[in-house]
Amino acid sequence: MAEKENVLRLSDVTMQFGGVVAVNNLSMEVNKGEIVALIGPNGAGKTTAFNCITGVYEPTNGQIEFCGKTIVENHPRGKMAKTYAGENADKYKKTISQTPDKITQCGIARTFQNIRLFGSQTVYENVLIAKHMRAKQNMLSATFRVNQKEEARMNAETLELLRRQGMLDIKDEKATNLPYGQQRRLEIARALATDPKLLLLDEPAAGMNPQETLELAAFIKQIRADYDVTVLVIEHHMDLVMQISDRIYVLDFGKLIAAGTPAEIQNNKSVIDAYLGVAEDA
Amino acid sequence: MKKSTKLLINLGLMAALILVILLESMFLPSTSMIFPVIRKGAIYALVAVSMNLTNGFTGLFSLGQAGFMLIGAYTYAIFTIPDADRASVYMYFNGGAIHANLPVIVALILAGLVAAGFAYLIGLPVLRLKSDYLAIATLGFAEIIRAIVQWNTLGPITNASNMLRKFATFESIVAGWRTSSPAFNEACKNAKWLPTFLTTLMPVLICGICIAVIVMLINSSYGRAFKAIRDDEIAAEAMGINLAKHKMLSFCTSSFLAGIGGALLVMYQATVKASVYSSAMTYEILLIVVLGGIGSITGSCIGAFLYVACSEWWLRGLDSGKFLGISAPGVFRNGFRLVVFSVIIMCVVLFWRKGIMGDRELDVEKLFGRKKKHGGGSGPDLPSGEVSDNG
Repeated sequence: MAEKENVLRLSDVTMQFGGVVAVNNLSMEVNKGEIVALIGPNGAGKTTAFNCITGVYEPTNGQIEFCGKTIVENHPRGKMAKTYAGENADKYKKTISQTPDKITQCGIARTFQNIRLFGSQTVYENVLIAKHMRAKQNMLSATFRVNQKEEARMNAETLELLRRQGMLDIKDEKATNLPYGQQRRLEIARALATDPKLLLLDEPAAGMNPQETLELAAFIKQIRADYDVTVLVIEHHMDLVMQISDRIYVLDFGKLIAAGTPAEIQNNKSVIDAYLGVAEDA
Repeated sequence: MKKSTKLLINLGLMAALILVILLESMFLPSTSMIFPVIRKGAIYALVAVSMNLTNGFTGLFSLGQAGFMLIGAYTYAIFTIPDADRASVYMYFNGGAIHANLPVIVALILAGLVAAGFAYLIGLPVLRLKSDYLAIATLGFAEIIRAIVQWNTLGPITNASNMLRKFATFESIVAGWRTSSPAFNEACKNAKWLPTFLTTLMPVLICGICIAVIVMLINSSYGRAFKAIRDDEIAAEAMGINLAKHKMLSFCTSSFLAGIGGALLVMYQATVKASVYSSAMTYEILLIVVLGGIGSITGSCIGAFLYVACSEWWLRGLDSGKFLGISAPGVFRNGFRLVVFSVIIMCVVLFWRKGIMGDRELDVEKLFGRKKKHGGGSGPDLPSGEVSDNG
C-alpha cells in the first residue's frame, strides 16, 4: 500500500470553556482522498472540534497541522493556565492562531450545521463571493475595472461550477427561496468554490428525508472524485456515515472513544454503550 | 439589454439632466428655490449614499457621518481661504497658522483623505464592535470631533468656535473665472443664466461622479464581499473574506466620500461653523437613508432630493403662516414644519417600512428594458451597473 499523504492532523486538541471541557485531548488524522466521519451523541463536541479547525475558536491546548504545516497551536495561558482541566498542559509552547478567513485561504472550506447562505443574494452571487478571496485585485482596480480578465475568470469559474452541480437553471434564484435540500447543496457548492483541499461538512444531511440522504451520499462521493478533495464530515444519519466513510472517529463527552473502519465501529462495544447507554446492572 | 446600450442610455439620461438644469436656469429666475434644492439635494444624496455604503451594504451601523463631514468641511475651508483674507477670518488668532492655498479640486480630495485618515484611526478600535455599540461609539466620536474643533487652543488652525469664511465657494469660483477671463465675463453679461447654471451644475457633477464610483464599487467583487458581510459575518469569514480589512475599507471609503460631501456642503453654504455638524445632521442623513431604503443607492438619491425639497421649499409655508393657500398664522408658525415632518416620517416608518425603494434599485434596464414603463428619479444618480432586484 502506498504511503498515505496526510492532510489534516489534530494532536491533543483540547477546548475548555470556563470549567467545561468540550473537546478533550482529541487526536485524529485525515489522509488525502479519504472521506472521514466524526460521529457522537449530541453535545459530544463534534462541532466544537470543527470550530477549532476552522479558526472560529482558539483551542485551549494542542496543535493542528494542515498538509504538514502547523496552522493552529496553543497551550493554556493566562487565567486558563490555572483552571486548565485537560491533559498535556506542558507539551506545546507556541501560540499560533488564525482567523477563519486565513484558514479558508490555506485550503479548508466548511459548511454549517444551520445553513448560512447569503440570503439577500442569488445562487450565482453566493458562489461568486467565494471567488473574491483569490482574486488578484485591490479595491481601486476592482472598482475601476482595471483587470477585466480577473473578473471574467471569476465569472467563468462560477458558471462552470454551477454547471457541474446542475444548478445553472436556478442561478438567478434568491438563495433563501430554494428548497431545503438545494440550499444544502448550494452551501457545499459555495465551499467548493474556494478551491479547497479539505472540505468540512457539518451535518449535511440534517433534516433530509431518506431519499435525499441517499442522493447526498452519492453527491459527496462524486465531489470527492470530481474536485480531488478530502472530506471530513459530521453526521447523525448512521446509514449515510456507514455508506460513505473510509474511517470513522467517535466522540463522547469530548473524548475520542473509538476510531476505525465502519465495520469495526459497528461492533465496538464502547460506541454501542455511548449511543444506547450502559445497563445499570451489567 | 446589451452593456453598450445601457451605457448609451445612461449617458443620454445624464445629458438630459444637464439639459434640464440648463433650461431651468435659462427660464426660471435665479432666485427660484429649485436651484438651492438641486445643489443641496445633490450634496445630501452623496452623503446619504456614502452612509448607505456602511449602514446599508456592509451592515455597519455607524452614526459618525456628521463628524466626517465636519472634518472634510474644515479641511477644505482651511486650505482654500485666500491669503489676503486670512487676517480678517482669523482675526482673533493673528491670521491663523496655515497659509497654504490649494486649488479647489486638490482641497476637495484632501478633505476626503483627511476624513478617511480619521476614519482609519477611529476604525481600528471601533470596528470590533457590532450594531448598536458601533453606533454609540461612532456617534461619540462625531461629538468629540465637534468639541475638539471648537477648542480654543486649536484656534490658529480651526478658528475655534468662530466661523470660517471667504474660502472658495461655487459662486466665488465662477466669480474668479469672470475676473480672469474677459471672454467668459462677456458671456455671463450676455447670458444672465450662465452663473446660476454653472453653480448648480458643479455640485451635481461632482456628486454624480462620486456616486457613480460608489455604484461601481458596490458592483465590484469588493461590493459583493461587503454584502456578504452584511448578510452573514460568520459565513463571509468562512468564505475567506477578511472581516477587519473589508469593514475598514468600507468605513474609510464611506468617510472619504462624507468628507468630500462635507466640503461641498460648505462650498454651498459659504460659511462653516462646527456647531452645525451636530448629531442632528447625522440623523437627517440617516433619515434620508431609511426613507430611501437601506441598501438602495437610487433610494438614497430620491430620498435626499425629496427631503431637501420638503424641508427647504415645499413645507416652508408651514413656518411662515401660509401653506397651500391657507393662511393661519396662529398654527403655521415657526417650528410647525418640524411637527409635520415628524408625522410624515412616522407614517413612512409605520406603513412603508422598507422605505421608498426597499433594497431594490431603479435603473435603465427596468425603465427602458423589459417593461416599457417610465418612472422618475433621473437624478445625478443613475446606477450604471446591473440590476440587483430579485425579490
